[in-house]
Amino acid sequence: MKTLADLEEIRKRTLDNLNTRKDEHATRVVVGMATCGIAAGARKVMAAFIDEVAKRNLHHVTIAQTGCIGLCRLEPIVEVTKAGEEKVTYCKVTPEIAREIVASHLVNGVVPRQYTIGHYENG
Amino acid sequence: MKFYRSHVLICGGTGCTSSGSARLIKKFEEELARVGLSDEVQVVRTGCFGLCELGPVCIVYPEGSFYARLTEDHIPEIVEEHLLKGRICTKYLYSKSVTEDKAIKPLMEIDFYKKQRRIALHNCGVIDPENIDEYIAFDGYRALAKCLTELTPEQVVEIVTASGLRGRGGAGFPTGRKWFFAQQAKGERKFVACNADEGDPGAFMDRSILEGDPHSVLEAMTIAGYAIGAHQGYIYIRAEYPIAVKRLDIAIKQARAYGLLGDDILGTGFSFDIELRLGAGAFVCGEETALIASIEGNRGEPRPRPPFPANKGIFGMPTLLNNVETYANIPQIILNGPQWYSSIGTETSKGTKVFALGGKINNTGLVEVPMGTTLREIIYDIGGGCPNGKKFKAAQTGGPSGGCIPASLIDTPIDYESLSAIGSMMGSGGMIVMDETTCMVDIAKFYLEFTVDESCGKCPPCRIGTRRMLEMLTDITEGRGKPGDIEKLETLGKNIKATSLCALGQTAPNPVLSTIRYFRDEYEAHINEKRCPAGVCRKLLVYYIDPEKCRGCSLCARNCPVSAISGEIKKPYRIDTSKCIKCGACMDTCRFGAVAKR
Repeated sequence: MKTLADLEEIRKRTLDNLNTRKDEHATRVVVGMATCGIAAGARKVMAAFIDEVAKRNLHHVTIAQTGCIGLCRLEPIVEVTKAGEEKVTYCKVTPEIAREIVASHLVNGVVPRQYTIGHYENG
Repeated sequence: MKFYRSHVLICGGTGCTSSGSARLIKKFEEELARVGLSDEVQVVRTGCFGLCELGPVCIVYPEGSFYARLTEDHIPEIVEEHLLKGRICTKYLYSKSVTEDKAIKPLMEIDFYKKQRRIALHNCGVIDPENIDEYIAFDGYRALAKCLTELTPEQVVEIVTASGLRGRGGAGFPTGRKWFFAQQAKGERKFVACNADEGDPGAFMDRSILEGDPHSVLEAMTIAGYAIGAHQGYIYIRAEYPIAVKRLDIAIKQARAYGLLGDDILGTGFSFDIELRLGAGAFVCGEETALIASIEGNRGEPRPRPPFPANKGIFGMPTLLNNVETYANIPQIILNGPQWYSSIGTETSKGTKVFALGGKINNTGLVEVPMGTTLREIIYDIGGGCPNGKKFKAAQTGGPSGGCIPASLIDTPIDYESLSAIGSMMGSGGMIVMDETTCMVDIAKFYLEFTVDESCGKCPPCRIGTRRMLEMLTDITEGRGKPGDIEKLETLGKNIKATSLCALGQTAPNPVLSTIRYFRDEYEAHINEKRCPAGVCRKLLVYYIDPEKCRGCSLCARNCPVSAISGEIKKPYRIDTSKCIKCGACMDTCRFGAVAKR
């Protein structure tokens, strides 16, 4: 028999997964998955994002794919847009960097600048 | 917690299921397994999205791509291109769901959905109705928790009353007042009942709610039980809805397993349980007293009121009986507050209404609009107008109990009072659209055939009166109408309305009276000229040969079963209309398109 607390627990737990169907205020994580992306290993990067989000029970996160944005030599490219904030583009992302991005940017709200395109281009 | 980065929602309502959506779900699962995406992409069977015309419907999130008229051979491509590579298959999308530069429009910006406000339907097409966790995720059972732990039964009734909710089964009785009567009534035990016998031809609002969001009804009935002091609920559902019955059954079992139905709900000491009762195919059992008789195990026959069910219902005990859609609104009214609900709609008709759009309309399906939306908006903005460029003629609301709204009144706002003022009624929500190719006399006959068939036979006005009306209508459509028939139909109709025992008889004459009121000229053409202006009534059709096109080949004459065609070779032939039995054989055999009918 469930108590009110149990109900709340089920609600939170299931909502995280379901937000993909409804949420306009989610943090969007977009992984480049064109041929260049896939060739550079973007599949593993996406899998790392999914795994990390699931492990940490993060609320309001959607993970989507996109096509080629042109900077093929810098793939795998990941764009993270938090609601109300500017888009941050990361380049040459690896599964390890992906997990760092989740921890630093998504959870703590601190952008790990060393992995962004801006830093790569400008040193 | 399992996180899927993409959700594929496929409609599992009766409409899409009959178009094969169950196979599509299996195919998706097979294809996803083949490319190794089973752990990343979740396939979910949901309730009705509303755009039934384009079924089977499939929406893929997070992009929100709206795939329409999905077939099995689209699926491998969608899995490879869209789900694996992230390239949406725009050629399979609903054309109106993308902008000019191929961007995906958010669902609520598609024309079909723009003017809608999905409240009763808010979970349909979003959650898996067979998964109670998904219902809970979107605030399910929080309203019940609030009532049991924070509100008194009196407060619950006040909230429902303040919201202005009126019964959605058709009569529009103020729901809060009914709950108040049931609460005040005295009896050894009380019952809560749900009328899920949706019998109007063409109506499927309740069916979609039960198939797509069954827990909303269970939660609302439990709240009602708390409000009036009842511990047992019955859902009377027609057996012709097997998918809905199955989903309700699953939902009840899941709710019981979670302790949300049964003894000591949420540890508050309140007990309430729900059972299903299946109808056996009688339209009259949608009438409240007949429904109660049927639950008691008797033949579904109405009885005079008072006493009303709120005081003496099932087994003579106080019973609260409400329609499915009425219940579906309750949890949100409790959670969002009555002011939220009463801010939508018109002065006297609050909230939204679900309509099942059918007939000669482009976007057949299920829509939910705020009260006060005009018929024009529903037919053109949401419904997409009549197909093939035909002219809109009339819309029938209220099924066999309702009346037609002619094109001249298309700007009528949809609410209880406005509709009854023009001779129609809101009804349960079935809306059949008719165009210039529909014969209004034939429509009246169609509805009357239905009610004559479904009459329980208890009272003479309905048993005998409707049958006499049908006989007159049949004569009229077959060319045996006599002057004075229209007046006879009007008088008989008014008498039947005034003297029948229940609403079936009281409203059966409505389609006839309302078509006479607005389309008297069609009746007169049938009676005086023996002509059907819309070209529908078979016995009144005249087949003729166009002398300009006829080559005199005699093929039609040789094929006529009653030798009604005569002529000389190479000269135009003629049909003797007095012998013609209107079988159409001549029209079928003519190779020159010279035979036509009017």
